[in-house]
Amino acid sequence: MSAFTLSRRSLLKSAAIGALGATSGISLIRPARAESLTIGIVYVGPRDDFGWNQAHAVAAAALKQVPDVTVVEEENVPETAACAQSMESMISLDGAKLIFATSFGYYSPFVVDLAKKYPEVQFRHAAPLWKEGDPVNAGSYFGQLDQAHYIDGIAAGLSTKSNKIGFVAAKPIGTVLLNINSFTLGVKKVNPAATVQVIFTGEWSMPVREAEAANALVDAGCDVLTCHVDGPKVVIETAEGRGVKSCGHNASQAPLAPKGFITGAEYKWETIYKDYAAKLAKGEALPNFIGGGFDKDFVQNTPYGAGATPEAIAAADAARAEVKAGKPIFVGPIKKQDGSVLLGEGQSFVNSSAELNATDYLIEGVIGSIT
Amino acid sequence: MIETELGWLTVPLAMLAGAIRVSTPFLFVSLGECLTEKSGRINLGLEGTLVFGAMTGYATSYHTGSPWLGVLAAGIAGSLFGALHGFICKLPKVNDIAIGIALMLFGTGLAFFFGKPYIQPQAPRLPSIGLGSWSDVPQIRSALDINPLFLVGIVLAIALWWAFKNTRWGLIVRMTGDSAPAARAMGYSVDLVRFLATTAGGFLAGVGGAFLSLSYPGAWTEGLSSGQGLMAVALVIFARWNPLACFGAALLFGAAGALGPALQSVGITQGYYFFNAAPYLLTLFIMIASVSPKRSLKGAPGELSITK
Repeated sequence: MSAFTLSRRSLLKSAAIGALGATSGISLIRPARAESLTIGIVYVGPRDDFGWNQAHAVAAAALKQVPDVTVVEEENVPETAACAQSMESMISLDGAKLIFATSFGYYSPFVVDLAKKYPEVQFRHAAPLWKEGDPVNAGSYFGQLDQAHYIDGIAAGLSTKSNKIGFVAAKPIGTVLLNINSFTLGVKKVNPAATVQVIFTGEWSMPVREAEAANALVDAGCDVLTCHVDGPKVVIETAEGRGVKSCGHNASQAPLAPKGFITGAEYKWETIYKDYAAKLAKGEALPNFIGGGFDKDFVQNTPYGAGATPEAIAAADAARAEVKAGKPIFVGPIKKQDGSVLLGEGQSFVNSSAELNATDYLIEGVIGSIT
Repeated sequence: MIETELGWLTVPLAMLAGAIRVSTPFLFVSLGECLTEKSGRINLGLEGTLVFGAMTGYATSYHTGSPWLGVLAAGIAGSLFGALHGFICKLPKVNDIAIGIALMLFGTGLAFFFGKPYIQPQAPRLPSIGLGSWSDVPQIRSALDINPLFLVGIVLAIALWWAFKNTRWGLIVRMTGDSAPAARAMGYSVDLVRFLATTAGGFLAGVGGAFLSLSYPGAWTEGLSSGQGLMAVALVIFARWNPLACFGAALLFGAAGALGPALQSVGITQGYYFFNAAPYLLTLFIMIASVSPKRSLKGAPGELSITK
């Protein structure tokens, strides 16, 4: 089934062309200068959610500083035919030549269908979904946030006194599980006695349950909290309110916890967005599939807050330099939660590898269950 | 901060704490809806009122620096929504359920529109009363950190229950709800009574919203309510239009909502989707257990469009 019904804007556009004649109609659609590049960005939630969308919006703001680049944005676009209509109107009304579809569910069928319909427009989607055989003008970009969570884990492992660290997670999908595992590896590296306790809320955004989960973890004795939910605001504020330390996720939550914030795992989409814009300005082809972590400057850690001890800062900085240089995070021996061996002595996973992105298990040291 | 090991006791304690923390919005919205329905009208728009109240309360608290002014502003905003519902439903051939759904969407949308600039800033939050200072166990102290609005809610539930039985105003509201012709025969304006009851109900729902944004979880975000206003409307039916039962039902829903996270925190990690669904399963179970095809809903106001 085609996802594109005639939208109101495209109807108005056709009417405008009909009324004004072809030449004036085209100039009406494309007011931008020939050499300038218009980039459209579609967000699934509000741009200032202290989370996933804000991380993209911060990069979009940086992109606006690039000369000859115009950025058009639309927020709160659901993962339905509505996102196709938003992207289509960015193409036909604003003259966008590059579209960033920033939510997981936008890709199939919407981005794929639109890429076929508009072969001259480039589409890039923020999750590793593009595969051979998909339209060549579509593609994927993503950051390995697990590397930044590993650094968080190192700082957290040196900050806990009760040796219990809480992790509020949304849904048990690969990315979330990988972040939990990497965080735990960081914790265990500096503090083998510590455990990481996970509570899954089951939803990307459910503030009341996130607050309940954060409170339950503190009640169970955790003295450092972190999370992987869409908007970490509630978890970080609850942690601060209960007097425990916290590590952030997705964007900077440092202002929310002036006393207990340690550091956070953040994307740095800006690197990718500026690179794309530069390539298009030079007339180069965009890569279909890019991903990476500290090595490519796609992720970063939030500047240390008041909760970070000098010891934690030193250890985290040292580990980040190692990861940046390509030292693997997943080095054996590592066991899965059920006791089976994930990596034997001497084995390791290369950072950002496909095996890591297909994570469907939790490692030993994590308390919590996927189902 | 030193935590004490409680082990299994964590679960009942977390459920008690959850009941106290989570129940307040349920309580306020269901009391407001109870009052409205007692007068013979259903206001399904309270979800929208709740969200708009949350936004108004947060914005007012941010600008004035006083969270209590925020609560008042949320109540006033809520009563405006209630008044709008009451006024439109007064017009001939208007369906109160349809208007309620329209106002629910309107209230939510308006709150999102005006609420944009308030997602980032931090507003002063309502203070809580530490009733647990007698205990050395930090979990108990935190569970008994009670918001004054919760206590106000309890007083209000008792007052409403008493007023429905014992005061002239209570009797007028009930009579209007049970039989409009009787109320007219007694010389009361049915529309005016319902208008005032809906307005007052909206006020309470707005205050419930202010609790969400100013106390627990204590921030304004667009996903704040996740259907609590709608569940509170169902609570009223479950509570059989009895304000005291509304209080009990609100506590039960709060506790059921805390069950999922609490079980995971003590290591019962399997099946969290099931436990997270506890409040909804509980509703279904009680409805099935208490409904009989042989009799109508006990205590339902006779004029309600769903029971007529």
